[in-house]
Amino acid sequence: MIELRNITKRFGDVLANDHVNIKVRPGTIHAIVGENGAGKSTAMRIAYGFYTADSGEILVDGEAREIRNPHDAIALGIGMVHQHFMLVEPMTVAENIVLGAETGDAFSLNLNQAAQEIRALSSEFKLSVDPNVAVEKLSVGQQQRVELLKALYRRARLLILDEPTAVLTPQEVEEFFAILRGMREQEKTIVIITHKLSEVLAISDDVTVMRDGKVVGEVKTKETNAAALARLMVGRDVLLRIEKPEASVGETVLSVRDLTVTADDGARRVDNVSFTARAGEIVGIAGVEGNGQTELVEALAGLVAPSRVSGGIEFQGRDIAGASARQRKEMGIAHIPEDRHRRGLLLDFDLAENSILGVHYRKPAVTNAIMLDNVAIRRRAQQIIKDFDVRPPNPDLPARALSGGNQQKLIIGREFDLNPKLLLVAQPTRGVDIGAIEFIHSKLVALRDAGCAVLLVSAELEEVTALADRLLIIHEGRIVGEVDPKQATTEEIGLLMTGGGK
Amino acid sequence: MRDLFTWALLFSTIRLATPLLLAALGGLFSERSGVINIALEGLMLAGAFTAAAVTYFVGNPWVGLLAGVAAGVLLASVHAVASIRFKADQVVSGTAINILMLGAPAFVSGALFASTGSTPQIPKENLVPWTPIVLAFVVLVPLTWYVLYRTPFGLRLRAVGENPEAADAAGINVKRLRYTAVLISGALAALGGAYLSIGQSSLFTRNMTSGRGFIALAALIFGKWRPVQTMLACLLFGFTEAVAIQLQGVKMPSGDEIPNQFIQIIPYLLTIIVLAGFIGHSRAPRALGIPYEKEK
Amino acid sequence: MQKYFRQIIFPLIAVFSAFIIGGIFILLIGDNPIEAYGLLLGSALSWPDGIGYTLFYATPLIFTGLAVSVAFRCGLLNIGAEGQLYVAAFATAWVCILFGGVVVDVFGKPVNYSIMSLPAILLIPLAILTAIVSGALWGAIPGYLKAKFGSHEVINTIMLNFIAIALVSYFTQYHYKVPGDPLLQTAPIGTAARLPHLGSFIPGLPQRIPVNIAFILALVACLLVYIFLWRTKWGYEIRATGANPSAAEYGGISVRKQIVLAMAVSGGLAGMVAINEVMGYRYRYYDGFSANYGFTGIAVALLGRNHPVGVLLSALLFAVLIRGGIFVDAFTDHVSKDLVEVLMAVVILFVAAEAIFPALFSKFGLLKRSKI
Repeated sequence: MIELRNITKRFGDVLANDHVNIKVRPGTIHAIVGENGAGKSTAMRIAYGFYTADSGEILVDGEAREIRNPHDAIALGIGMVHQHFMLVEPMTVAENIVLGAETGDAFSLNLNQAAQEIRALSSEFKLSVDPNVAVEKLSVGQQQRVELLKALYRRARLLILDEPTAVLTPQEVEEFFAILRGMREQEKTIVIITHKLSEVLAISDDVTVMRDGKVVGEVKTKETNAAALARLMVGRDVLLRIEKPEASVGETVLSVRDLTVTADDGARRVDNVSFTARAGEIVGIAGVEGNGQTELVEALAGLVAPSRVSGGIEFQGRDIAGASARQRKEMGIAHIPEDRHRRGLLLDFDLAENSILGVHYRKPAVTNAIMLDNVAIRRRAQQIIKDFDVRPPNPDLPARALSGGNQQKLIIGREFDLNPKLLLVAQPTRGVDIGAIEFIHSKLVALRDAGCAVLLVSAELEEVTALADRLLIIHEGRIVGEVDPKQATTEEIGLLMTGGGK
Repeated sequence: MRDLFTWALLFSTIRLATPLLLAALGGLFSERSGVINIALEGLMLAGAFTAAAVTYFVGNPWVGLLAGVAAGVLLASVHAVASIRFKADQVVSGTAINILMLGAPAFVSGALFASTGSTPQIPKENLVPWTPIVLAFVVLVPLTWYVLYRTPFGLRLRAVGENPEAADAAGINVKRLRYTAVLISGALAALGGAYLSIGQSSLFTRNMTSGRGFIALAALIFGKWRPVQTMLACLLFGFTEAVAIQLQGVKMPSGDEIPNQFIQIIPYLLTIIVLAGFIGHSRAPRALGIPYEKEK
Repeated sequence: MQKYFRQIIFPLIAVFSAFIIGGIFILLIGDNPIEAYGLLLGSALSWPDGIGYTLFYATPLIFTGLAVSVAFRCGLLNIGAEGQLYVAAFATAWVCILFGGVVVDVFGKPVNYSIMSLPAILLIPLAILTAIVSGALWGAIPGYLKAKFGSHEVINTIMLNFIAIALVSYFTQYHYKVPGDPLLQTAPIGTAARLPHLGSFIPGLPQRIPVNIAFILALVACLLVYIFLWRTKWGYEIRATGANPSAAEYGGISVRKQIVLAMAVSGGLAGMVAINEVMGYRYRYYDGFSANYGFTGIAVALLGRNHPVGVLLSALLFAVLIRGGIFVDAFTDHVSKDLVEVLMAVVILFVAAEAIFPALFSKFGLLKRSKI
């Protein structure tokens, strides 16, 4: 159906795709797996014309084709559902679906006729959704259906799905896979990008494994297993067993009672959550992404408007619900945010300037009440760079120039330098290379052993089970269970994560 | 006071609202596609000057009108290339065009007519009659509405202004669409300017729009970027201008003049109030002002 | 090196390109561009008149350029310097009249416009403070509107420009004009509030040239703005907010506060134009006095890369154009001083769309695109 030959793509200094070869057989479900940043999405975005390759060629049905933009791809029968949906929110489902593929002449936009066609497609592929509703009113799962319908409406024969299950619960995933199998029966070809091996094994016919921008394996699903794929993905045996001594737990540092966080639309993102964290322990929070973890951490860090938060937050016995982000930091609450580009860094500022974000107003960053002390700032930055192995070790570089792992190490160094009593840390190793992951994990354990309470949120179940001393499971904003990470099985946790517990 | 509100006032309102409406509709196309157009003022001046100069030489207002529109399109293409192709800040690029149009007409006029202040008077029979008024209210408002909500072009235009990435993924050429929209806005704003110089007046004077481009922009915001509401906003602002003219020299019972300035600022105050969300919520197209760039 | 290339070379190319395009315009209307430019530079850089006037014209542009820069560093585009400086100029004139012991002859009768007569040592600081504070207050309005309601500062500053100019014109016309004065202007300010011209201190610079103490204040302002932005925690907070508001919020910085603060500082700097115009030159408020200083400030800031040193240099360049433009107007057959606005606009366009330069270079094979 489609074949990528020797595709190479460079973004600045990063080689995103390095002579990538992928061949997808017609009428199959083809999985492309790899860690974050392995180049899966880049390769497929090239196939869809979103990016153009620096070199290499694309063959569709055996013929070399030039795909300069999505328009070309659509004309060739290629459709793509992006990880972040490409929908125009205020417009209706029908408007979104016909957008760019309008039938009829330039002077009429026959949406009623389109709505009928959409209904026909809906029933054919079991993708029920009301064509006349505004997209912003739909749930995430429904929006995904709109995306699929969009591709089908354009008569796509090949559907590329980028991390389609990231936003779905396991039950929804089952439903979704049933839909995909139905499409395969209708002779659609499907490429699914994922980093979840269980899904690969459950749905695909063929697998391509990518690592560091290269294709490192191509196998039939029937002839492989999870361990073999994992080894290909990370380039060695997976060993996420973190050596950590028994926790010596102290007194309660953080006590959360009936915490509720409301979104602008009134939805409860965090719903009546209560838990505690004690000195010297790592409390993990596991859950499918988007189940309130972000809001929970931001509410604890003081980054959510007080009007949207209710319930009690006690830190070392003091009520801090009304305290500002700065006051909380001063009390000893450090925060490693989940999105370092959005929250954690000033990308155009140099490392020295980044190293004082949050403490820029007090000693040693300032000499007196007003003036910055550039000598002290640099000295402290250099210390952090040295202690946390930030490379390249140059405090004058803009943060933008660093790799994800080094950016993360800088943030961790900055926050650790506060000598926190409580560390809020979200997705500490997202987009971070393997070497840095181990470093970060060992630092988190060391901080725990120094008597700090750590609240760890991670979408990587493996990571959170390996690091946590206690594991809370969050689902739809509620804490639905607590397990002992040493005892609990993945199935048990998975069931809780999806609201399948008692 | 009673005799103030007459048919004459109504007609004067419509007449004064016409250039505003033409420019605001132009702004609507540009902004709905995601390109801020604070250059409306400059585009109007380009239309006004070119129309006046060409009409003076050719003696035919229709040729002048067309030339004015062409000048608007040409100037808008500068804004388009700068902000779409080279990703210039759209506000800055628009400001540059406004500054350019403070100087350029005078510069050219100085060379052509040996007067930087104004172009020579155009004889009365060579002025455009009421046609642009009808064109604006009767043709362009319904047409804009239809194009925006009932044609593929309009659907794409709205999509590109809200979420260009989604539009791109749907196979739409975002940049081409934005170019088209900005050029349309140049044509319409210049038409508004041309009507000012060879319709309402009979010559071009330096900076003769005196802020009308900004009032048009205000009307567009007040009208929530929708054609019919924008027309109503233009009528409201045209009305305030008409009243301001009528009240000139009129004395209040106390014997003082009614200060013109207070009436002049009404459109600006209303816009600030509307933007702050006190009269309904006016939400700009989501991608307004953001250059489209897919590779990050 | 690369960093400096963009910072310094691009603005220079922009200016150069603008001159070339301006030259084409001059050719088209039938004059000799070399002669015109020679005249322009020669007249602007002659001693003492050229340089004196150039520095005088540069003064307001330094203030407005700094104003736009400070707002820009906070991620805000202040199109409202024009309104801010009008409000400040009127307020300053008002204070200088009210406390300046002004007695004006109205139809043959002396009329006292003041409530008291302060000595220069009190009146001048008070007036300078008025200029800064009134500009800051007017500038803080759009900042507050953005912080509180999220309404866009560009639209609000444009609207506030018109409102400011109308209000000030109202006060001048109806309350502070001297009856019988054919011009729309206030009474003269008290003599104690008048700033000495630099001619009083610099030998060879005639008194009649209006460059005054305000120019020195402008230089001081450049230095202070630099220290404020890069050497104080407040500046750090403003720049962090401009660079990434989410990260600033994470760093315990109140983004809303920074927006209001940056707009107030910006407005205060714009307001300082009043010191030059009211206290150093016209000695009264004069309706419509500003030659688009606020808008030109955008060009100055942009060309100067929103850095005080750059602002100083580009303000001087624009001042050369303004001064030289007057002579070009007078001594060429066709070229009028409006050439200056054309040149400014082209400079802004090129600086704003600087991505055009790498594109052009690579087109002509001058430079590998990846190098920039």
